[in-house]
Amino acid sequence: MSNETHATATYRSIAIVRRFEERLLELKAEGRVFGSLHLCCGQEAIPVGACRALEERDALTATYRGHGWAIARGIPLAHLFAELLGLDSPVCGGRAGSAYMSSAEHGFLGENSIVGAGLPIAAGAALASTHDGSGAASLVSIGEGTVNQGAAHEALNFAAVYSLPLVVVCENNLYAELTRFETMMRVETVVERVAAYGIPGFRVDGNDADEVEQATREALERARGGEGPTVIEAMTERLVGHYDLDPQHYRPPGEVEHAAEREPLARLRGQIGDDRADAIDREVEAALAEALEEASGFPAPDPETATEHVYA
Amino acid sequence: MPDVALATRTTTYLQAVNEALRWALAEYPEALFFGEDIALPGGVFGASKGLQKEFGERVFDMPISEAAILGGAVGAAMRGRRPIVEIMFADFFFVALDQLFNQAANVRYTSRGGYTCPITVRSQQAAMPGACAQHTQSVEGFFAHCPGLRVGLPSNPQDAYEMLRAAVASDDPVIVLESRALYQTEAEVSLSGEVEKIGGARVVRQGGDVTIVTWSRMVQEAESAATTLSDRGIHTEVIDLRWLSPLDFDTVLRSVEKTSRLVIVHEANRSGGFGAEVAAQVSELGLWFLEAPIERVAAPDVRIPAAPVLQRAVIPSAKTIVAAVDRSLSR
Repeated sequence: MSNETHATATYRSIAIVRRFEERLLELKAEGRVFGSLHLCCGQEAIPVGACRALEERDALTATYRGHGWAIARGIPLAHLFAELLGLDSPVCGGRAGSAYMSSAEHGFLGENSIVGAGLPIAAGAALASTHDGSGAASLVSIGEGTVNQGAAHEALNFAAVYSLPLVVVCENNLYAELTRFETMMRVETVVERVAAYGIPGFRVDGNDADEVEQATREALERARGGEGPTVIEAMTERLVGHYDLDPQHYRPPGEVEHAAEREPLARLRGQIGDDRADAIDREVEAALAEALEEASGFPAPDPETATEHVYA
Repeated sequence: MPDVALATRTTTYLQAVNEALRWALAEYPEALFFGEDIALPGGVFGASKGLQKEFGERVFDMPISEAAILGGAVGAAMRGRRPIVEIMFADFFFVALDQLFNQAANVRYTSRGGYTCPITVRSQQAAMPGACAQHTQSVEGFFAHCPGLRVGLPSNPQDAYEMLRAAVASDDPVIVLESRALYQTEAEVSLSGEVEKIGGARVVRQGGDVTIVTWSRMVQEAESAATTLSDRGIHTEVIDLRWLSPLDFDTVLRSVEKTSRLVIVHEANRSGGFGAEVAAQVSELGLWFLEAPIERVAAPDVRIPAAPVLQRAVIPSAKTIVAAVDRSLSR
């Protein structure tokens, strides 16, 4: 694959996530999508790059900012749209919504709406593969704010002492929800923080899917080789608020505009040229329109089923 | 004819737990057992003695990290393992409840069974002389309130064996709250036979005058109260609820229909305790059976003090149960 073609493919993958989420905002404005949306706008290169390195056998756990991970893991767009529309989608039948989707079929243990909760679960998934002979690894996405959660500390230490095949991708978007991360950490980097667990950490440019992919490949190799967990601190910036209605008063003027100059889609557009990028945008729009149409065909969940699946 | 005596032996509650764990690890190759000090040391009370030696890496020690223990169990269960974990004291659940209330309990429901969470969480609870307020709580009501979790409280060595086996065999997250006050209780325990399904109360004593519904260590106190009452010609029916979820309410209702009087006994604090749920269901479905108001015997809404004399002032006993039965009969 030539570099140009590779960059084109990356542009397409990121554009799909970006446009998917933009479409969600439109659907919410139309009154078809309900509830808060935690968008990954600006951070898409991280799930796109990391999921390229994952194998089918691996486990993936994400956060509530997880649409990009779900898409990059291969869950069909129509199914994701249907879930977000509250329809009887093949994903979770409308039971999970935006922030808590999972799909066993895709090895997607799920998003998680509790900061830090995914780490112990992902460590548990890694533990499972040390006993089932699968050779699978477990990848978990966290935010930099997560490392201030007690559960994160417990899970990282557990994974380290048992050399569990865990890869932690920390999406450092500089804000822990609405608060600058450095105001809540005495050390400057997440890499520094995790060093105390004996876990190697690497900072990468999270707006470069290739760099994320490469770091993830190396971490997965370490994991499968019995060398234990790795933390990849992928530096990025949110182009949007913590959630869709976040007015972002706490961000200094010009910050988002500055971030927009470095965001992955604009950067790739510069590489592949406007003509190609525009052409891909049109393809992506068409694909999303088709997916949304398919999604709209799913029925509403049967209210009679609302009490099912609480127990075996 | 099989020699039944061979399968039955004098066993303490604690040994019965150990035997159930051994059975589970042998029966399920996908079973794991982990917790604080459970592997090499064999558990602070000795419940898991010898298991690491027998089952190797499937039995391992954890850091003092309850969230990692419970969350690790959830993740491993979602990926095909059948984890059994220990929370050393039930009071320690509270540092890590997210992994049960927000995680384990939601797995099956939100994925519509795409993922399941067959974990068993063993712990032990309630007051012992000298134990402080952070090692003495009775926490079953919290778990029984949470849909998606199952909760059982064995009151004797046989149940310690059977209910733990049933918990492991269940495909739901099950909390088994043992009674450390009963750990050295001995009984003839049958270590064979079919594995029960979770659920099912037991009528441990039959009587026609008044029904006592209770569980865990209070079963012993209720039986002792029943003996005292029997000497006075009062015949109590004692029901060991065993499982709060699933709740075997039929057994309660049938008994109340027979006796028309109900006394509910638990060591947990009174307000919002599971006794309130039993009382509510009886009032919904069996109000017209009753000839007297329902009595509740429980720890008052107080913290649990350490000194034995203070503990005796707040923890239900045969004496306070007898008094409640007398109140019920006097109405």
